[in-house]
Amino acid sequence: MITIFGLSNKAPAKTVPPDGVKRSNFRKAIKRLLANKYNVIGGLILLFFVILALFPSLIAPYPPNEINLQLSLKPPGGSHLLGTDKLGRDLLSRIIHGSSASLAVGLGAVCFSFFCGTTLGLIAGYAGGRIGDIIMRIMDALWALPAIILALAIATVLGAGIRNIILAVGITFTPAFSRIVYAEVLVVKEQVYVRAARSLGASNFRIIFFEILPNCSASLIVYGSLMAGQAIIAEAGLSFLGIGVIQPQAAWGSMLRAGYAFARVAPWVSIFPGLAIFLLVLAFNYLGDGLRDALDVKLVEKKVG
Amino acid sequence: MPKYIVRRISQMIIILVIVSVVVFSLIQMIPGDIATAMLGEGATKEEYQLLRENLGLDKPFYIRYLKWAGNMIRGDLGKSSINKFPVAQLFAQRLPYTIQLALCGMVLAVVIAVPAGIVAALKKDSYIDALIRGFSTFGTAMPNFWLGLILILTFSLWLRWLPSSGMSNISDGFFDWLKRMILPAMTLGIRFSAIVVRQTRAAFLEVLRMDYIRTARAKGVAEFWVNYKHVLRNALIPVITVIGLQLGRLIGGAVVTEMIFQIPGMGSLIADAVFSRDIAVVQGGVMIATLGVLGINFIVDMVYGIVDPRVRTSGRRRSG
Repeated sequence: MITIFGLSNKAPAKTVPPDGVKRSNFRKAIKRLLANKYNVIGGLILLFFVILALFPSLIAPYPPNEINLQLSLKPPGGSHLLGTDKLGRDLLSRIIHGSSASLAVGLGAVCFSFFCGTTLGLIAGYAGGRIGDIIMRIMDALWALPAIILALAIATVLGAGIRNIILAVGITFTPAFSRIVYAEVLVVKEQVYVRAARSLGASNFRIIFFEILPNCSASLIVYGSLMAGQAIIAEAGLSFLGIGVIQPQAAWGSMLRAGYAFARVAPWVSIFPGLAIFLLVLAFNYLGDGLRDALDVKLVEKKVG
Repeated sequence: MPKYIVRRISQMIIILVIVSVVVFSLIQMIPGDIATAMLGEGATKEEYQLLRENLGLDKPFYIRYLKWAGNMIRGDLGKSSINKFPVAQLFAQRLPYTIQLALCGMVLAVVIAVPAGIVAALKKDSYIDALIRGFSTFGTAMPNFWLGLILILTFSLWLRWLPSSGMSNISDGFFDWLKRMILPAMTLGIRFSAIVVRQTRAAFLEVLRMDYIRTARAKGVAEFWVNYKHVLRNALIPVITVIGLQLGRLIGGAVVTEMIFQIPGMGSLIADAVFSRDIAVVQGGVMIATLGVLGINFIVDMVYGIVDPRVRTSGRRRSG
């Protein structure tokens, strides 16, 4: 008992470091992040797309749905920098307007799965026992399903549209987050400082949110940025299969699909939206890798079962 | 080992049961009444009641689930609501194409990724390492429907070397089959290999840092034997895990790849069923895909047991 009390007296100083120390750690992480050129490139690409998504009407040279059949399938160059599609709509303008759908799904789905996955993982890891087992077995089951097939099934139920796609992709990504948090909680909850906090009479709420969660945050941030890229590919895939964003709203996946029919005569209709998807996902991948190095996180993929 | 197999099979069964409950309840959540949707506007109340009884919609949820699950165990996945064919038969016709595609994609990926990952790890921080890492980063960011398009544009439309769509049976001529398989397998395999190469490199670097490697070198064991006997066997374990883990993604990728190359496989069947809201086919597709992923994972686990004897004795694997 005495030793536990001895530790518990020291613990608060350890878990809540003085402000100065905290800031310098944060600064160090930022410094390391900026030292890597790939992170800077990733950050700049992301910033570029965020600006496009926030002010599409100011940047796009034409309205995204303006049809002009006389300009059908015009090659890139001249007044239409990236050419036009079958209906004579300006591709550049449609790609600019499509960035908001991709970013919305990428960030929305990650936020959804982050929130649900973290909550479930925390409950399962902290409560343990039968509740933990039940939650994690359900997560294992969802994890065993091929994501796009699960998303297709969910989209069948919910129907098309951005909100439903965010839900469908978000649900498929939830097990990934819950498994990371669960694994971390199992380790963290046995640490001395958590035992100390408990012996000092801290509530479950306090232990979960102030002791355990901050210690999982680095892995979650890294994983979140990598998953955002995957969510964007998933959204584009669903739009490509025809059940994503509802037409005529511009979405990169459906634009790419529409161009397939004219790949022989007008390959640019498909190539440029694909390039946009590729660049945005690349940005998230670079950032995820950079954050992993900066925050010094080791992601261990765990298996089903 | 037998204990380990029993444990793994019982885990698989639990997961299958949970998936089946999830899939069944998901379909129950479709807004609106299935009977109304099937009959259309002009149906009488009697017709509606009769159909509801025929579909078993008047029974409680758990009875309907048990009946559905019971039929499924006997191999009866119901009938397609569009063309009335048994769902099991529809999938049986389509499955061979998907399996061929997934296998070829996986083989291609492993053939590219494992040697590339090993070279990158052994020549860490060299130009070739940077090149392989670049391939990995770009490959994971590239959606396969875009890669497929670029491959079609290059090899079918521009160079005219390979056909851009369709699939033939291997029994009708190996070379024709191979010609049609190359582009879809590349579309599926390149992305997959980009993921595996990264893990292979990481796994090898991890093992290369171990004390027993240093000891082996210190003993004067030739470099080739150090790499072959000590590094390879230990580093392959997490690589096999990753390949097993990514198989779900591979099958998911096959859905999109089949749509690109117009291959009449399972993926295009499910995608069509989603459009026509053919619920029995969607349900069946999800269950078959899950069974496939679990089955392959099981095989991967058995391979694991062979590569790493510790798995057999302890019944638990290392986390890699």
